[in-house]
Amino acid sequence: MELILTGNAAIALAARDAGVALGVGYPGTPSTETLENLARLEGGVAQWAPNEKVALEVGVGVAFGGRRALVTMKHVGLNVAADPLFTASYTGVAGGLAVLVADDPGMHSSQNEQDSRHYARAAKVPMLEPSDSQEAYEFTRLAFQLSEQFDTPVLLRTTTRLSHGKSTVTPGQRETALPAPQPPMNPAKYVMVPAFARVRHRLVEERQRRVREWANAAPLTRAELRDTAVGIITSGINYQYVREVAPTASVLKLGLVYPLPLEAIRAFAARVETLYVVEELDPIIEEQLAAAGIAVIGKERFPPLGEFTPAVVATGLGLPAAELPTLELPTRPPAMCPGCPHRGVFWTLKKLGVTVAGDIGCYTLGVAPPLSAMDTCVCMGASIGVAHGLERAGINPATVVGVIGDSTFLHSGITPLLDMVYNGSRGTILILDNGTTAMTGRQEHAGTGKTLTGAEAPRVDLEALCRVLGVPDVDVIDPYALDAMEARIKQALAFEGVSVIIARRPCMLIPHEDYPAQQVNEELCKLCGRCLRIGCPAITKTPVGEGEQPRSRPEINALLCEGCAVCAQLCPFAVITNTV
Amino acid sequence: MTQTMNILIVGVGGQGIVLAGDVIGMAARLAGLEAKASEVHGMSQRGGSVVSEVRFGETVYSPLIPPPGADYLLAFETLEGLRGLERLRPGGVAIVNTQRIIPSSVTYGTAVYPADAEAQIAARCPNAVLLDAIAVAIALGTPRAVNSVLMGALAGHGVLPTACWERAIRHVVKPRFVELNITAFRRGLELAPAGTRRA
Repeated sequence: MELILTGNAAIALAARDAGVALGVGYPGTPSTETLENLARLEGGVAQWAPNEKVALEVGVGVAFGGRRALVTMKHVGLNVAADPLFTASYTGVAGGLAVLVADDPGMHSSQNEQDSRHYARAAKVPMLEPSDSQEAYEFTRLAFQLSEQFDTPVLLRTTTRLSHGKSTVTPGQRETALPAPQPPMNPAKYVMVPAFARVRHRLVEERQRRVREWANAAPLTRAELRDTAVGIITSGINYQYVREVAPTASVLKLGLVYPLPLEAIRAFAARVETLYVVEELDPIIEEQLAAAGIAVIGKERFPPLGEFTPAVVATGLGLPAAELPTLELPTRPPAMCPGCPHRGVFWTLKKLGVTVAGDIGCYTLGVAPPLSAMDTCVCMGASIGVAHGLERAGINPATVVGVIGDSTFLHSGITPLLDMVYNGSRGTILILDNGTTAMTGRQEHAGTGKTLTGAEAPRVDLEALCRVLGVPDVDVIDPYALDAMEARIKQALAFEGVSVIIARRPCMLIPHEDYPAQQVNEELCKLCGRCLRIGCPAITKTPVGEGEQPRSRPEINALLCEGCAVCAQLCPFAVITNTV
Repeated sequence: MTQTMNILIVGVGGQGIVLAGDVIGMAARLAGLEAKASEVHGMSQRGGSVVSEVRFGETVYSPLIPPPGADYLLAFETLEGLRGLERLRPGGVAIVNTQRIIPSSVTYGTAVYPADAEAQIAARCPNAVLLDAIAVAIALGTPRAVNSVLMGALAGHGVLPTACWERAIRHVVKPRFVELNITAFRRGLELAPAGTRRA
């Protein structure tokens, strides 16, 4: 049975067929759909964790208990999960443990473009890199086998084009004889105190040698000898670009990108005249080959940043890749949806002129014009720590607001809030609670009252959680009610302690109340343009008048308008009203 | 067919571009060809520019369209169609929905939506076909059918057998929308050769 699947869907199917007891992760583009697909498959079990560290720890527990686990995350999620990864490398597993890490070269939806291959080397864990959906399926199956064979977690690295690319998959046999769970009963293996860890570290080094030896002869290290004038070492999606633009070149395709099969690479290098390494992002293969005395052409010809395309690979190889000159056209950046509950919040923060320490989510779009109301954004949860740090730097905390979403708060916001209270900081934190993990496509979390599968679950009470951390001033406001929101934020800014204001309204992409669309009274509108400065895609303008100061007439598209009435509230002439 | 066919689909988040890519890939597979597709999810879907690439043939390596570019550009929006022309190969065909969706850089910024976008497309691409597909879709009952109208126009250029397209729509589209989309596809098919071809 042949299927057309995304890389993510192929990984999910392979995990199900490999008999995983659990798929667990935190949403992050481009990894998110993997667990959603797994949960939809007959016999697939998947759940969201509050963050990637917890997800990996749960996965480690499943593996310690003798069953297989798939843990999923985006590249920056592996930073969060790095702590358990490095020591799980020492403990090894009982059941197979595969960790999907999805990189985002080109930053389609990320705050950096770090190269996760560094983690394989740093944690001394094998890393597989598939090059299409069929390999995504096969390598996922293989990851569980290698994990058990070599007693190690195995990293499965994809990139955006692999995770979201679609190609055909012929699945293998589903495993039916699944092992019974067994409690861990080997403290010398699973309790990493120094005396035990020293012994395990020796085994890790020995394991690296054995995995390398295996990879030298394994079919996933594939030398394709064609014209030997040019040889290219590559892996992942770049293999496809290489085959596309240089069909006659010899290729050494790596399936295992760490540890490198150096003997196989040496043998390939000896057969070709000019040897290239085609790798996206960092020169990780190139530097290891240089250290092994194998001369290659790499980053001197290929960029260390951005996403590769067939044209980029062709250019690096010195092949023609002419494209027409780019036209100068208006850009079309993403924007908050019509009715988005974040819009009024950023309008208000801009009006108050405060410094905004932002965070990761749809609301990061608050930095974009015309709202332009965000001053910092680093990583998940950083809004609160940065707001605290600004206060410690001596900046008046009455002029700073930390802004964080509900899912992000539960991911990494609780501990920095605890820290503000504990260390006697002062400041205002806004939790934008839209009842979902919006940016990655509306995933449930511990604050939504539902699990990944939509089943009812306990819903954490954010107000009570903040109070129990010791926050003295906690309140809930409606982000559609502009005047009340502004007054309450001002009160919090003036408060001599930590304030948490929860702005609660559902995301427009999840079920919500319906409100009448708004309309502008054309005859009474004074063309002041204020409603055009909130960045609502439902409001467009047409130029009117001639001469020195052309003005714009706003128009509200009733099909797009969600009726939040934020525009109506800030219209100084009250000419925006409900449609009838 | 020995040559790989490259189709670039462009438009605005929420227009049904990903679904169109799925239908084209399925139609190619039903025609016995290998198909690969690539698109980007996530942040860009919040009303941003969306690009989907579909390739099919006997053997397809890259899911991304290589130089010299796409054989067909299927544009769901005029400005995005103009933007997409740089990735259309010389001699390629652009099928453009004349719907205009104003980007935020125009509404809130200083950028200007090119008034002569259609003329620019026609000037740069002698094979451009400009269609008021959204009007056709609305006449059929819903603007959501616009993607099937455009796919019909593409099929009208002889890209894959019609039977494969209709089977693909039945495969990919949710059952309750199948008949509407088949009707829209057939309307697009009729429009294609005559249409408002400019050259």
